[in-house]
Amino acid sequence: MIQLIYLTVLLPFLGFLINGLFGRKISRLGGSASGGKNEKIIGIIGSGAIGLSFLIVIGAFIQTLALPAENRQTIVNLFTWIQAGGLNISVAYQVDQLSLIMALVVTGVGFIIHVYSIGYMHGDKAFWRFFSYLNLFIFAMMNLILSDNFVLLFLGWEGVGLCSYLLIGFWYDRKFEKSSTSDAAKKAFIVNRIGDFGFLLGMFLIYLTFGSLNFNEVFSRINALNIPSSTFNFIALFLFIGATGKSAQIPLYIWLPDAMAGPTPVSALIHAATMVTAGVYMVARCSIIYASAPAIMTVVAVVGVLTAMFAATIGLVQNDIKKVLAYSTISQLGYMFLALGVGAFSAGIFHVMTHAFFKALLFLGAGSVIHAMHDEQNIQQYGGLKKYMPVTYLTFLAASLAISGIPPFAGFFSKDEILWYSFANGNFLYWLIGAITALMTAFYMFRLVYLTFEGKERFGHDKHPHESPKIMTVPLMILAVLSVIGGFIGIPELFSGANGNAFENWLEPVFANAQSRLMIYGTHSHFEEILLMSVTVIGAALSIWYARYLYIHNTQKPAVYAQKFKGIYNLLFNKYFVDEAYEKTVVKPIVVGSEKLLWKITDAGLIDGIVNGTASIIGYVSAKIRKVQTGVAQSYALVMMLGIVTALFWLILSL
Amino acid sequence: MENNYLLSFLILAPLAGSIILLFFGKDKENLVRYFGLFVSVLAFIISLVLFFNYDLTKGGFQFVEKFDWIQNLHISYNVGIDGISLLLVMLTTFLTPLTLLSSWKSIKHNVKEFTFFMLLLEVGMLGVFIALDLFLFYVFWEAMLIPMYFIIGIWGGDNRIYASVKFFLYTMFGSLLMLVAIVWLAVYASSSLGHFSTNLLELYSIGPTIQANIQEWMFLAFALSFAIKVPLFPLHTWLPDAHVQAPTAGSVILAGVLLKMGTYGLLRFCLPLFPQASIHFAPYISVLAIIGIIYGALVAMVQKDMKKLVAYSSVAHLGFVVLGIFAMTPEAVQGAVIQMINHGLSTGALFLLVGVVYDRTHTREISEYGGIARVVPVFATFFMIASLSSIGLPGLNGFVGEFLILIGSFKSPVLNSWWYTVFAASGVIFAAVYLLWMYQRVFFGEVKNPKMSTLTDMNNREIFVLASIFLFIVWIGIYPGTFLKVSAKSTQSIIEQVLPNKIIGMK
Repeated sequence: MIQLIYLTVLLPFLGFLINGLFGRKISRLGGSASGGKNEKIIGIIGSGAIGLSFLIVIGAFIQTLALPAENRQTIVNLFTWIQAGGLNISVAYQVDQLSLIMALVVTGVGFIIHVYSIGYMHGDKAFWRFFSYLNLFIFAMMNLILSDNFVLLFLGWEGVGLCSYLLIGFWYDRKFEKSSTSDAAKKAFIVNRIGDFGFLLGMFLIYLTFGSLNFNEVFSRINALNIPSSTFNFIALFLFIGATGKSAQIPLYIWLPDAMAGPTPVSALIHAATMVTAGVYMVARCSIIYASAPAIMTVVAVVGVLTAMFAATIGLVQNDIKKVLAYSTISQLGYMFLALGVGAFSAGIFHVMTHAFFKALLFLGAGSVIHAMHDEQNIQQYGGLKKYMPVTYLTFLAASLAISGIPPFAGFFSKDEILWYSFANGNFLYWLIGAITALMTAFYMFRLVYLTFEGKERFGHDKHPHESPKIMTVPLMILAVLSVIGGFIGIPELFSGANGNAFENWLEPVFANAQSRLMIYGTHSHFEEILLMSVTVIGAALSIWYARYLYIHNTQKPAVYAQKFKGIYNLLFNKYFVDEAYEKTVVKPIVVGSEKLLWKITDAGLIDGIVNGTASIIGYVSAKIRKVQTGVAQSYALVMMLGIVTALFWLILSL
Repeated sequence: MENNYLLSFLILAPLAGSIILLFFGKDKENLVRYFGLFVSVLAFIISLVLFFNYDLTKGGFQFVEKFDWIQNLHISYNVGIDGISLLLVMLTTFLTPLTLLSSWKSIKHNVKEFTFFMLLLEVGMLGVFIALDLFLFYVFWEAMLIPMYFIIGIWGGDNRIYASVKFFLYTMFGSLLMLVAIVWLAVYASSSLGHFSTNLLELYSIGPTIQANIQEWMFLAFALSFAIKVPLFPLHTWLPDAHVQAPTAGSVILAGVLLKMGTYGLLRFCLPLFPQASIHFAPYISVLAIIGIIYGALVAMVQKDMKKLVAYSSVAHLGFVVLGIFAMTPEAVQGAVIQMINHGLSTGALFLLVGVVYDRTHTREISEYGGIARVVPVFATFFMIASLSSIGLPGLNGFVGEFLILIGSFKSPVLNSWWYTVFAASGVIFAAVYLLWMYQRVFFGEVKNPKMSTLTDMNNREIFVLASIFLFIVWIGIYPGTFLKVSAKSTQSIIEQVLPNKIIGMK
């Protein structure tokens, strides 16, 4: 099965081709009456490709499990991609502990979301196009996580960006907020490209330094070569710029909230569970480089913890159900970078996994609600939905408890591990900001739960909420189970005793070199660990209680508070006006400058002025000279005479 | 495979074809079209034979033919190809039939003359790429101007006369200095050879012996001519005008092949003939190239006319190629060569696509469009792929070239600074900006202009033309080895000619 890993890349690509090339034809088979059946064919092709890939990954996982721990890396080499000079890039896939975890999440959660989409996208004019894009996304994502070198990773990296672009703008003729879905799509692609610019520079510097872009070759040369720490700092920083783009961290997070313009399954798959964690994966994959650049580790941790906090504050006051979840995603990604920054690489990956379960679930649940409410996304227009859609409610509740860090739900284990390491390997301040963010998370999530599912119904009579069909609720249930029990594979040593943390043990060989370079020796006691854990769990519970107090029992209070703290409320509600600031300071000057200064003045004015000027001077002079040619023989004779005389004089004078 | 006159057949085919065309009746328009297509396909087939018979293990110039031409001056008809020229020959013979197909319906009057000039143009372009004698090269270089001048001037847009004269004067200006330099070089050669010589292979060994300061003047005379053709900032202003006014076929050939003659010239003549001067000027030219990358992209961004936008994007793309050439590392030069091909394919495709809608709507104003993705889905898909190729999305051709150029210039011992690459790489961002912005304004949103709601999608002929180009866009993106291999030996030998004393490929 390990040797067949390339099929997990190929199958989604085939799915993309089949639905992309023939989807339109398939959806017209047998006239318009058979629309539902044709959708099923397309859906089965799309989901089937991912389902099969998932099975292959499971097979590869089981096979790898049987191998001895130090021997669990297999390279499957396919062909040479780019070869020039000393550069040699292959299309080759690396199966190891880290890529398998990622592949399980991507194909597993990906499959569930594909199935859900069959229900969610039912009746859409471009049902086939949706599935072909979704398959293309999985193809790119699998390249990203399975690649054995930076360049193929970059292919996946840009590929997922493209799919994100195509899917955000999927309903390209719709309006989205003040602009359109296509604006949101374009913004996502361009902001990501800014990050990719950093990633490219990182690759160039790696190649210059190590003479290779292959993971194993680069990482194994780190100890052999004598490389100045400034080089490591630059490499780590450049790569991290790439990560801030893809994984929506400060200062490049701005595209993710807008990305919600895409269909909700897209938000679940790409903008929550998989693509946005690519930056986390990449930094974890390069752990040895980061471990050699401690200064940049600090940058990563600080950016992560600040993003976590910053996004959470915005999430507190948003009214669009998907917007809240989007800011929550940015915030949770911040946690993951905090983990990486303090050297807790496996904790970061652990959170990638649990977050994929509960955040995909939250988005799919939100999709189910949006579906039931006929595309209404404002939570102020919801209320009391739990009696209409019990499955959606219960599963959403499970996910909310998970993200709030309530034990024993999945999020508890991963978030607690991150917070613990941020204190143990980092400092008290990291922990404090992280813990406050955790409380805010619990608050805004339950604000969402209560406003949506409980309390008075605030929607009009034209809306008839109903539970979604099985094809959507079954995926919710599966993800709910994972959100509840998914954390058990990473029970901390504190509780599991001598065996330690199973998840950490599994990933240990991947991060061993980085860990030994960091040389962190824990000097903290179990007592401290329990103390901090209790503080956050109790705090989260209190936040939930407070959300209940505000949004169920004293529903007039939020408005009162919003009025009272108007300044802060407006600042948060308008997302700190960051978009506006970027527009004014970056976008506008470039566009106006290019048009006025470069095009009109430099190009058309200056350069063409010189060119045309030269031409007209020549033209002018020639026009004058032309007059000499009068055609009168006498004047020619005169000029000739003058010439001869001049020549003679000159001759005499020079003698 | 020596001396089977394949190269002569290659240029004789379109030359003979164009002459035979003159005897066709004026009203036999379809016959003329088919005949032109037949001749250009024939040339493509001959180039395929070249491709499959070129010995990659040997490298160097092959299929060499040499006949005395002007004996007193030791000027000869001397042709031959190495890997680089082979690829460019392939590009030329590949694009020519496609452009003829693309103008099947859009050129309605003077079809015979049009086809005649297109074939003549092909002769000129092929001649430039295969000439191994400077004088012969110069003849082809100049000869090619004439059909292009007429193609813009007769079948062009409203402002075609201004554009064609501007094009002609700009290029002539550069060429004259080059002619002076060629004569000087030929005379200089006689001091060591004992006779006047324009034989490139002989001059390769003589050029580097020229005293440094004279070499610099020689270099500049050649480089100016090539830089105008590329075009290198700030010599680019003829390009947007020529493109906008030229008919689609003219634009495709102009962008696809003609611009490459400039970069080809830099690579074939400037670098190996004047190595010291090339190294001396490399930083300056690279700076101009990088200005072109950023400037071209920014100006492209604010264009209102689709064709003008694509034209300015060429300035940016060719900036990458020039940077790659003057970085003088194997990665960068290989990247530059493949990027020449890439640009021909992706920009050629973009011009063809703009032509497809222009044929239907007779407007290229971006603001006239909007929302047509729903009306013409196939066209929208094709346009997206061409844009992505031009943006440099990995998996398509553009990425391979840009990546090699950037990574090669980053480690370049000649440039010896990161900053070149840092600035050049920012072009990657801007390319996405201008193309996606245009795409959005043309294809997304709702259809506002009622004229656009009745657009018809691409027909089979148009699909065939573009699909043929896309085949190579994907091929080079996924398996560029087929083409990189062809030029590997040749680029290596050019680098060795320029940097004989440096250790190549390692820092």
